[in-house]
Amino acid sequence: MAPDSLTLRKLKERFPGSVLAVHSYRGDDTAVVKGEDLVSVARFLKEDPELQYNFLMDLTAVDYLGQEPFDSPQRVVLGSAQEGIRFEVVYHFYSLPLNQRVRIKVPVPESDPTVDSVTGLWAGANWFEREVWDMFGIRFKGHPDLRRILLYDGFEGHPLQKDYPLRKRQPRIGPQV
Amino acid sequence: MAVKATVTFGNQFFTSRLEKVVGWARKYSIFQYPFVTACCGMEYMAVAAGHYDMDRFGAGLPRFSPRQSDVLFVVGTISHKIAPVLKTTYDQMCEPKWVVAFGVCTCTGGFYDDYATVMGIDTIIPVHLYIPGCPPRPETVLDGLIKLQERIQNERQELFHGS
Ligand code: SF4
Repeated sequence: MAPDSLTLRKLKERFPGSVLAVHSYRGDDTAVVKGEDLVSVARFLKEDPELQYNFLMDLTAVDYLGQEPFDSPQRVVLGSAQEGIRFEVVYHFYSLPLNQRVRIKVPVPESDPTVDSVTGLWAGANWFEREVWDMFGIRFKGHPDLRRILLYDGFEGHPLQKDYPLRKRQPRIGPQV
Repeated sequence: MAVKATVTFGNQFFTSRLEKVVGWARKYSIFQYPFVTACCGMEYMAVAAGHYDMDRFGAGLPRFSPRQSDVLFVVGTISHKIAPVLKTTYDQMCEPKWVVAFGVCTCTGGFYDDYATVMGIDTIIPVHLYIPGCPPRPETVLDGLIKLQERIQNERQELFHGS
């Protein structure tokens, strides 16, 4: 395996207890970190002068209902269903000055699907986090205004959860099929 | 007797001629309301713009107030979120009014058989013309428009409300 990039090395060195796994595939760095340390990791990535990941490109989530959440291609298991890990929140950061990217993943348990909000670091995280709440039902602690963003008030459930019934319809007007 | 018969004939003659004239005027002065929500909008613009030029058929003037329009063009995917808005827009239009379902999304929901999409706008409002295609080619739209015009021409023309 190729030696870790500067970013991954620095992360492991700085947060030995919270980086659960790292890998790098064709230049794409990924680190899995514990939820409770997410904000400090993100702040470090953003503010370290050698990294300067100042742009939050994307923030999304994955539902691993009934599967072991693993991180391809090395298949690093992020957590197991026994441990109650069901979701994973994925962050993509980009460093505009250094032209490099890193992906951070946070395992999220089903019993308490909550992650700290990064809106304090990137105001742009606001709508991303609302979308993840809307679609996956993952709450973001510290978000200024966590409401649904795409669906309407009164919609029940979170449609991108794998156990949302495929044929369930919730029309607001018209035939209630 | 003979005089009376002539008078009746004259009345019918007058009414049917008038209906034809009104129908002719209505079909060539369509003010459309483009309810554009998605990708079909690009194709709608292509039909409206110079190359295909909807204006040749008397439907060149989009109005952005439902009060001023005759034909509601529903162009693009209708989600459950926007469905009440579509219904309100339709309700605000003055009679006589017609609805065109532009694109397969509005006809049946298209391939969006999911939690978010209305399975055809005819579940919410009446539809007079379905134009299939994803998106429909401009020729299809114009063909549809001509069919709608035929329909408008041949309809019974309500000159006064309840007449
Ligand atoms: S019919 Fe096709 S082109 Fe038209 S709105 Fe639906 S998906 Fe888009």
